[in-house]
Amino acid sequence: MENMLHVSSSPHFKCNNSTRRIMLDVIIALIPAAVAACVIFGMRSLMLIGVCVATCVLLEYVSRKIMKRDTTIGDLSAVVTGLLLALNLPVDINPLIAMFGCLVAIVVVKQMFGGIGMNFVNPALAARIVLLVSFPGPMMHWVTAAGAPKAAAIDATTSATPLAADPGVYSYVDLLIGRCGGSIGEVCAAALILGGVYLVIRKVISPIIPCVYLAAAALMSLIVGLDPLYQLLSGGMMLGAIFMATDYTTSPVTKWGKVIFACGCGILTILLRSYSNMPEGVSFSILLMNILVPHIEHLTRPRTLGFVKKAKGAKK
Amino acid sequence: MAQKSLFQEFTKGIVKENPVLCLVLGTCPTLAVTTSAFNAIGMGVAATAVLICSNAVISALRKFIPDKVRIPAYITIIAGFVTVVQMLVKAFAPAINDSLGIFLPLIVVNCIILGRAEMFAGKNPVIPSILDGLGMGIGFTAALLCMGIIRELLGSGSLFGIQLLPVQILIFILPPGGFFVFGMLIMLANKLNTKAGKTVKTKPCDGCPMADKCSQSTCANTEKEVATDAD
Repeated sequence: MENMLHVSSSPHFKCNNSTRRIMLDVIIALIPAAVAACVIFGMRSLMLIGVCVATCVLLEYVSRKIMKRDTTIGDLSAVVTGLLLALNLPVDINPLIAMFGCLVAIVVVKQMFGGIGMNFVNPALAARIVLLVSFPGPMMHWVTAAGAPKAAAIDATTSATPLAADPGVYSYVDLLIGRCGGSIGEVCAAALILGGVYLVIRKVISPIIPCVYLAAAALMSLIVGLDPLYQLLSGGMMLGAIFMATDYTTSPVTKWGKVIFACGCGILTILLRSYSNMPEGVSFSILLMNILVPHIEHLTRPRTLGFVKKAKGAKK
Repeated sequence: MAQKSLFQEFTKGIVKENPVLCLVLGTCPTLAVTTSAFNAIGMGVAATAVLICSNAVISALRKFIPDKVRIPAYITIIAGFVTVVQMLVKAFAPAINDSLGIFLPLIVVNCIILGRAEMFAGKNPVIPSILDGLGMGIGFTAALLCMGIIRELLGSGSLFGIQLLPVQILIFILPPGGFFVFGMLIMLANKLNTKAGKTVKTKPCDGCPMADKCSQSTCANTEKEVATDAD
C-alpha cells in the first residue's frame, strides 16, 4: 500500500521510443526495397545507396560542426534521408550528381532550417526535385530492369517508366515485382508494401496517410479515366505514399489533417500525371502538400474539451 | 540627418546600404535578368544611368515640386530618362535590348530609383544626390553582376558566353535557383556588414511610441539589422 501512494512528478509513463529507434525501423522497412533494387538493377544500386548514405551522414556531421551545433548523426535520420534519396534515383546516374542531391537534402533543406524536426519539406523529395529540374537528362534515363518485357525496351538498354510507356506493355505482376523501368527503389511495389506493413505493425506510421493517399489517387484516376491499379503500382506512388508522405515533420499531426493532406497528395499526383508535361507527379504533389501542412493543422485543430459549438445565426 | 562627407554619400551604396542586398529593393529585375553576367551588366548600367540623371534633376527641382504631387512628378522625370536610355540602348546595343526585353522600360517603376528620389534626392543638394545615385547604381550593378556570374557559371557552365565548366546545374538559371543565390548573397552581405562592425542599425528609439517611458538601455529593436536610410 505504501508503494502505491508514491508520488513523483510527470512523466508517469515512459516508452522506449526514440528518434533512433524510429529511424532504425524505417531503415529496416526500406531494406526489402533496397534488396529488390540490387536484384533488379544489379550491384550498382548498392554502390549508389552507399554513396548517398555516406555523403548524407558526412554532410550532416560537417554542417552541424560548422554551425556549432550538437552532432546528430547518431539518430540515423541522415541515413534514412540518404537511403530514400538513393531509392529515388535512376541506377546509372553519375554518383557526383547523387552527391549534389545529398548536399541539397541535408545542408539546404534540413540543416539550414535547423536540423531534424525543423525542415519544412521532406529533404529527400526536395533533393530529388532539384536534381530533376537541374539534370533532366540523367534523371529520366531509365535502365531496363532485368526480365522486363522486351516490348518496353526502345533500344534494349533504356526504357520509359511505366507511366510513359504504351498501355498494355506491363502487366500488374510486372509492376508488382519490379520488372519495369524506373528509379531503383520505386519499381518493386511488393517490397515497398512489405516495408509499409512492417511500419504500420511497429506503429511507426499510422495507416491513415498511405491508405487515404492511395484511395484518393485510385478514385481520381477513375474520374480522369485511367486504370486505377496501374496508377497505384507504377512510378513512385508506393514509395511516396508509404515513406515520403508519412514523414513526421512534414505531415499533419491531427487525424483529419492527415486525411486532408493525403487526399490532396493523391488528387494532385493523378492530376499532375495526366495533365502536366512530366510523367511523374508524386514528388511535386507531396512537396506542395508539405508546404500546406501548417495551414491544414490550423484548420483541423482539435476543440478543447467541453467546447460548445455556437448555434448558427446566434448573436455573440 | 547626420552630416556625411561626399565620399561617404558615394560609398554607402556600394556595401553598407547596398540597394539590392541590404535594402532589398529592385528585387524583380535582380531575379529576372541575372541569368547571365552580360545581361546583369546591361541592366545595371542602364539603371545607373537613369538613377544618376533622375537624382540630379529631382534634386535640382526639389524646391519647385509641390509636396502633394511629388511622386507623379518624380515618376515623370524618371520615365523621361528611361525613354532616353531605352532609345540609346536600342540604337547602340540592340542585343542587350533583346535580352532585357520588358525589364528595360520597367526601370521606370524600379523601386531603387524612386526610393532614392524620395529618400535622398528630394531632400539634398545636387552634388550629393549625383554621388548617391552613382554609389547606389554601382552597388546595384555589383550585386547584379555577382548574381549573374554565379548563376551563369553554375547554371550554364559559362561566363560572359564563354564555356568554362562541363557541368550545368540547370536549376541555377531557373527562378528557384535565382531566389536561392539571392538569399545566399543577402546572407553574405549581412555577414560582411556585421563582421566589419558596419551593421546598419536603425536608431533604436526613433519612432518608438514608448520612447519617453522606456528606461531600458537596449531593446529588441536595437539588434535588428534593419537597413534604412539614415534620416
